[in-house]
Amino acid sequence: MKPARKQRLLIVVFIVVIAALVVGLLSYALRENINLFYTPSQVAAGEAPTNAQIRVGGMVVVDSLQRASDSLDSTFLVTDGTATLLIHYSGILPDLFAEDEAAVATGALGDDGVFVAQQVLAKHDEEYTPPEVADAMQQAKDKKAKAASATTKQTDINPENTPKAAY
Amino acid sequence: MWQWFHKLGSPRWFYHISGKFLPWLALASVVLIVTGVVWGLAFAPQDARQGNSFRIIYIHVPASFLALAGYYVMAAAGAVGMIWKMKLADMVMVAAAPLGAALTFIALFTGAVWGKPTWGTYWIWDARITSMLVLLFLYIGIIALSRSFSTRETSARACAILALVGTVNIPIIYKSVDWWYTLHQPATIKMTGAPSMHPDMFKPLLVMILGFYCFYALVLLLNTRTEILLRESRTTWVKELAEPK
Amino acid sequence: MFQFENFDAFIAMGGHGPYVWAAYGLSLTIMAGLALAPLRRQRALLADLRQRLQAQRQRGQN
Repeated sequence: MKPARKQRLLIVVFIVVIAALVVGLLSYALRENINLFYTPSQVAAGEAPTNAQIRVGGMVVVDSLQRASDSLDSTFLVTDGTATLLIHYSGILPDLFAEDEAAVATGALGDDGVFVAQQVLAKHDEEYTPPEVADAMQQAKDKKAKAASATTKQTDINPENTPKAAY
Repeated sequence: MWQWFHKLGSPRWFYHISGKFLPWLALASVVLIVTGVVWGLAFAPQDARQGNSFRIIYIHVPASFLALAGYYVMAAAGAVGMIWKMKLADMVMVAAAPLGAALTFIALFTGAVWGKPTWGTYWIWDARITSMLVLLFLYIGIIALSRSFSTRETSARACAILALVGTVNIPIIYKSVDWWYTLHQPATIKMTGAPSMHPDMFKPLLVMILGFYCFYALVLLLNTRTEILLRESRTTWVKELAEPK
Repeated sequence: MFQFENFDAFIAMGGHGPYVWAAYGLSLTIMAGLALAPLRRQRALLADLRQRLQAQRQRGQN
């Protein structure tokens, strides 16, 4: 390669390396702010500010959703597997909001440790299945769970209900 | 190899050769995209949880793929143009920018109308969506830069530098869903391992991705040919093209 | 196999019709525009060049 070309090649490499370095360091410094939400563990550890607008996210705990009969108020627990957080919300939940699915709530954490949400968004995973296949999978799962509980007579938490790392 | 490389640098040769590919690329894009759209909209099964809104994936994912891959095409052309002073590479860079911007816009728009029925919002400032918006601004920046200089050489160099700096954003877009907590879900189609999608749903997606690749190649060639005609209008061969004997 | 019971159900998309059709409609329109724009521009460029060449020749004759 001619020296002049070699020099221009070096300039190109230099530009890319410097840009990568700058952006890499910036996003490393801002990594906490780039995260969209706090996890229940971070809230439990006191890493999330109270009485300020933040977002929290996690899996909605099975059987934790309670809706008021006379208003749009609802409460539910979210978990990341280690800690749980109680969320209060007054409004219409998105269609895809469901127990054992992930959700992200915007609102403020009160001093009492309860999160009051102004907005709740459903977070879905990257898996897509046709309804019949999903039904068949659910039936297989139920059958397995029944068989397991029949043999061991265990009634404690089904391991399937512990959240997977969906976020 | 080097002879071939220099030939490729000749706009006239490129115009001649690319003209032979155009009809085939056009045919392949139309056939693949029409098949994919009909298959995806009417014949692929709906998703168990998202219902029919999931069908937006057949536009959203291919457009996002090409918006990202197209940026590498543009930046690589910019680098080649800068190192070898190859005029054709500069033309390819300029041709790739509006195409990439349009595909990025399509990815953002389809994502927004998909987000409303699934997440509950059109827009959220999470790492994936924000970095995709940065990509759109990079493309727009290059279009603006390419038009704001009086000399072609300065303009090409400025565009190439911006394009090269912007390449950093591409791996960030790819990995944002793994590095940070985002509302956007991780990738369905993985580099290694099977896609987390039922085959009946994946096949039309594959057809659409192939169709979008052909479409990208087609429009990139068309834009480059336009750029060639524009810049070579003083040459005899373009004059002959305008006035066939 | 066609996934919908009838054409109306296909348009409604189970209530998601506006989102799905907006996404497909706008995207495919933009893509058609992307492919047609350079063709139109090429035609305009060549027509413009032809005109200039003719004007040049006429000036040469006079």
